[in-house]
Amino acid sequence: MSLRVDIKKRYKGFTLEVCFSSGDGTLALLGASGSGKSMTLKCIAGLISPDEGVITANGRMLFDSAAGIDLKPQRREVGYLFQNYALFPNMTIRQNIAVAYRGSAETRGAAVTALLARYELEEQADKYPVQLSGGQQQRAALARIFAYEPAVLLLDEPFSALDTFLRENMQAELKRIIRGYDGDVVLVTHSRDEAYKIADRLVILDDGRPVAEGTVQEVFAHPENARTARITGCKNISRIERTGERSFLALDWGIALEAAEPLSDAHTYAGIRAHDFSPLPRSAAEGKNTFAVEVVDVIEGPFEKDVIVRAIGPASVGNPNEIWWITDRSVKIDEQCAFTVRPEDILLLSE
Amino acid sequence: MVITPILISLKTATVAIAFTFVIGTFLAYVVCRSRRENVKVIVDTILTLPLVLPPTVAGFFLLYIFGVNRPIGHLLAEMGAKLVFSWPATVLAAVVISLPFMYRSARAAFDQVDPMILEAARTIGLSELKIVYKILFPLAAPGLTSGGILSFSRGLGEFGATAMIAGNIAGVSRTMPLAIYSAVMGGRADEAYGYVIILVAVSFVFVLSIGVFAESRSGKYRLKTR
Repeated sequence: MSLRVDIKKRYKGFTLEVCFSSGDGTLALLGASGSGKSMTLKCIAGLISPDEGVITANGRMLFDSAAGIDLKPQRREVGYLFQNYALFPNMTIRQNIAVAYRGSAETRGAAVTALLARYELEEQADKYPVQLSGGQQQRAALARIFAYEPAVLLLDEPFSALDTFLRENMQAELKRIIRGYDGDVVLVTHSRDEAYKIADRLVILDDGRPVAEGTVQEVFAHPENARTARITGCKNISRIERTGERSFLALDWGIALEAAEPLSDAHTYAGIRAHDFSPLPRSAAEGKNTFAVEVVDVIEGPFEKDVIVRAIGPASVGNPNEIWWITDRSVKIDEQCAFTVRPEDILLLSE
Repeated sequence: MVITPILISLKTATVAIAFTFVIGTFLAYVVCRSRRENVKVIVDTILTLPLVLPPTVAGFFLLYIFGVNRPIGHLLAEMGAKLVFSWPATVLAAVVISLPFMYRSARAAFDQVDPMILEAARTIGLSELKIVYKILFPLAAPGLTSGGILSFSRGLGEFGATAMIAGNIAGVSRTMPLAIYSAVMGGRADEAYGYVIILVAVSFVFVLSIGVFAESRSGKYRLKTR
């Protein structure tokens, strides 16, 4: 089971140039909106034709510009779960599923009934899509796709149309469904949480190009460049100036820091995740990777709060940029304290 | 009141709507599927012109094309199918004048179908033909129906182009609108009343049915909001 994509597509001033392959497990394409994720999926499904390149699924050639192959979407056996599910509004749920069934007419009825049962849609079978809740619509869309038995399953922002409560339930459910499916799965999302929870492997797209690729754990723990760090949710990224083997000056924050590993010439940025600061009393603002800060703003969330601070004191220069800190402690605006960060929590990043 | 104009009018409008519906729907489908924006704009413009031009101008062009001294008209006459000043000419006039109503309604009806629904249909293997009759037409049905009703009503009331190319020959091409004209010109106003009442009543019922139909349809499966 493998999907290989190596394509180039120009569209209205935007250039998509991606090359990746999926091995075992689910692959997530993670990127901001406009990074070309959905366009990549549509190219795989045959809904958009790339300008050049190759797409193969399980050794089957779906697209090859050199050989002039461009299979119609009808012949690609690629299931596509759309953001808004795209159920046929003029058909009941049963009809929606039956129309996708590829087997013989005699077995259709039983197969559709089995799918309705598996996706807990028996009570909704004779309703129209508009009468279903978002979660039920998503299950119906999945049932329709599996009635077609595709070789590849593409999920385009599958949770974006659901409210938070339903989203978490559906994430767990989709994970179970994917586990029981032996084809390739590609998930497109702008949410790093979804990518982390659902996928095994990750390709990060930025402005139409992949900037990182690897297992989800690898990419999140060791982002190699500033863009990957930002997309995987690293809130604090600063330009740096090297001052020693492991030490550097974080130019945007105006503080001196020391990393666990030696710096190379490629390292021009450093990142620190908002969870990785430990607070100390104001008087303790001395020593390695420890610096005084002043709280600029506090944004309260239900369980945690985002705290925005600025470095102060001797090491700081000019007007330093804000640093984000996520904590569950009580913090007041204008309060001063000291931060310390472990050297191994400092991400050394290239451009 | 002579009954022949009523029969001619109904016959003309009925035959014309068959042509208008098929041609208008087909052109709208082709234009909607086209990815060439400039082609869309040009076809839209040409097919909308009969809506804004005086029907006499459309009739003028039809005469220009089908007149016996013109190549096409001459060829038809040679084959024994003289079109000008005959009953089929009333159909031709009605089709040309009512086509914009059908085309524009069908175009709007197809355009409002979410392209993602059609893409989803392709990814589960439905052929383009199946997509048309199982999904696109049912979803566009209200728009196609109201377009058909509008076109029929417009065809029934056609006067200018009909007068130009079909003439006003009693028993052949004198439709109700022409009969009204002739009656008033001939000082027989009370004869005109009958035709006027029939035309107003029929058109009222048809246009009313558009609203009623749209209302009854909206509850079934039309998406309320997206």
